Amino acid sequence: MIAYILRSMAQGVLVLLVVAFIAFSMFRFVGDPVANMVGQEATLQDRQELRERLGLERPFPLQFAAFVGNALQGDFGVSYRQARPVSDLMRERLPATVELALLSALFATTVGVALGVYAAIRRDGFLANTVMTVSLIGVSLPTFLIGIGLIYIFAVELRWLPSFGRGQTVSIGWWTTGLLTESGLKSLVLPVLTLGFFQLTLIMRLVRSEMLEVMRADFIRFARARGIPERTIEFRHALRNTLIPVVTIAGLQLGSIIAFAIVTETVFQWPGLGSLFVQAVQFADVPVMAAYLVFVATVFVTMNLLVDITYVLLDPRLRGGRALAK
Amino acid sequence: MPEETTDRARPVVDGAHGPTTGDVIATPAARLGVLARAWDSDIAYSFRRSPVTIVSATVALVMILAAVLAPWITPQDPFNPASLNMMDGFTPPGEPNAFTGNVYLLGTDPQGRDMYSAVLHGARVSLVVGLASVVFSLTVGVTLGLVAGYLGGRTEAVIMRVADVQLSFPAILIALLVFGIARGVIPPAQQEQATLFVLIFAIGISNWAQYARTVRATTLVEKSKVYVDAARLIGLKPFVVMVKHVLPNVTGPVLVIATINLALAIIEEATLSFLGAGMPPTQPSLGTLIRSGQQFLFSGEWWILFFPAMALILLALSINLLGDWLRDALNPKLR
Repeated sequence: MIAYILRSMAQGVLVLLVVAFIAFSMFRFVGDPVANMVGQEATLQDRQELRERLGLERPFPLQFAAFVGNALQGDFGVSYRQARPVSDLMRERLPATVELALLSALFATTVGVALGVYAAIRRDGFLANTVMTVSLIGVSLPTFLIGIGLIYIFAVELRWLPSFGRGQTVSIGWWTTGLLTESGLKSLVLPVLTLGFFQLTLIMRLVRSEMLEVMRADFIRFARARGIPERTIEFRHALRNTLIPVVTIAGLQLGSIIAFAIVTETVFQWPGLGSLFVQAVQFADVPVMAAYLVFVATVFVTMNLLVDITYVLLDPRLRGGRALAK
Repeated sequence: MPEETTDRARPVVDGAHGPTTGDVIATPAARLGVLARAWDSDIAYSFRRSPVTIVSATVALVMILAAVLAPWITPQDPFNPASLNMMDGFTPPGEPNAFTGNVYLLGTDPQGRDMYSAVLHGARVSLVVGLASVVFSLTVGVTLGLVAGYLGGRTEAVIMRVADVQLSFPAILIALLVFGIARGVIPPAQQEQATLFVLIFAIGISNWAQYARTVRATTLVEKSKVYVDAARLIGLKPFVVMVKHVLPNVTGPVLVIATINLALAIIEEATLSFLGAGMPPTQPSLGTLIRSGQQFLFSGEWWILFFPAMALILLALSINLLGDWLRDALNPKLR
């Protein structure tokens, strides 16, 4: 098992290095970093000094090594557009995105599993069928239209919830949270619904089909034969076996939640990393783009690793030889 | 499976489906016209049997036709500022304008742009980007998948590894990144004309991996069949075997992915344009129209947002449903 985890880690590090290389090449070759940093009055000598200070005269592999070293310490240079260190910008924006993404994942998983189990148990019920149809339509709708629709209903027509921003936030150290004030919580509702909806439908459909599959298995038939109550079979026996693939998918989806937060944050003018990235793309602010890329890749690789580990922990069959064979 | 993917008619099998095609059994297939044979094929049969598919095909066809014919069936050219009258701005759909008395079917935006014309022209841009990017990712993906599956070894390992890594990142992120890089590389003066091509490239490059994966898997299956051995045995070059013998047999799955991919590409383009990393307002796609319509949601001019959004949903949904149907129709196991 340890060998298996070590191999996953090695693969993750490799992916991160490749992504770091792409990020570095962007930084190095898209536009001229020096021209982007100095003012128009800078003399040739100023420019040359800056080139040397930035280490742009050194050989390429050394520059890349320096880039990785700086990135490991969280240093991604200075934003071309805002003239502030990228790490500061990212740290300011991080709490908003993390709170949004975690709550969305929580919402998608709990509601998704509950609805999936319900749709599987009441297979041909009216409500179950309705839920399935709605989810099918939901999958084909672009995220930003769901967000706009929610804004129209709950902010414009009903005036129940705010349509943009985080509301009032409370600072705890450098972390700002919207979870402790009423306006902060209210502001979270619509973005969380928007961001979580797609994952919710995905998890729900997955739980339903897995559950239907498991309910046909032999051990369920034997449990019935032993006279165990139907409820106990459904929740103690069937659901438990359903959750293994669900954990995998849910874990992997957290990565895409962070990526899809780009769209949701733009719709709701949410001051998070995603909207920072979109602005960076519009203005070709390469250091911010590079930093965001490395950040997302790190999240993805970490999630993949965690999922791999959970998988082995949850499914005893994977321990030992078979996991290695994979 | 490859045999089922062509629409060659097999009247005897078809006749078994029901009494409507029963009389065909007596007719030799050779004497039927091309149209009649197509009508009688398995694909056409499963098409006739599914009302949802017929409806979505009709919707998709009407929208695509309307988009293609946009310059001839719309009252104004929304890209030409000279044809717009500011006095006509903010006209609600179907009502006469307070100043000019002009009536617009779907209303107008603040510049007096007719929304009906704007939506059709926008759908045209969306479709062009969608189709071109699908063709692009299809070409790249099929080529790499074919090469990986046929040659195997290190080439295969490298191609599939790259595909794996790319597939684990959402397409929208990759497309945004490519767009951002293009912004930095292309000089500002040429940016507006280049946007269309940048978008096609960005969306195309973010979707090739799925084709490569499927084609590689199918190629591996096909490669072990006798006809490939036979082709090799008569001394054909690997390139010829790949293109003339293996390629035609992997088209079925590719067609399914391409259809579903078209819907995804249209949504991806709309999302990029909505985020401001897509078509400029001077040459709007459906996504750009939605982006500029969003600000009027709070002041009650709902139609500026609503009609482009509906057009996008209808287009994506109908193509999606067609893709679902095609997948089931081409997969004999599900029949």
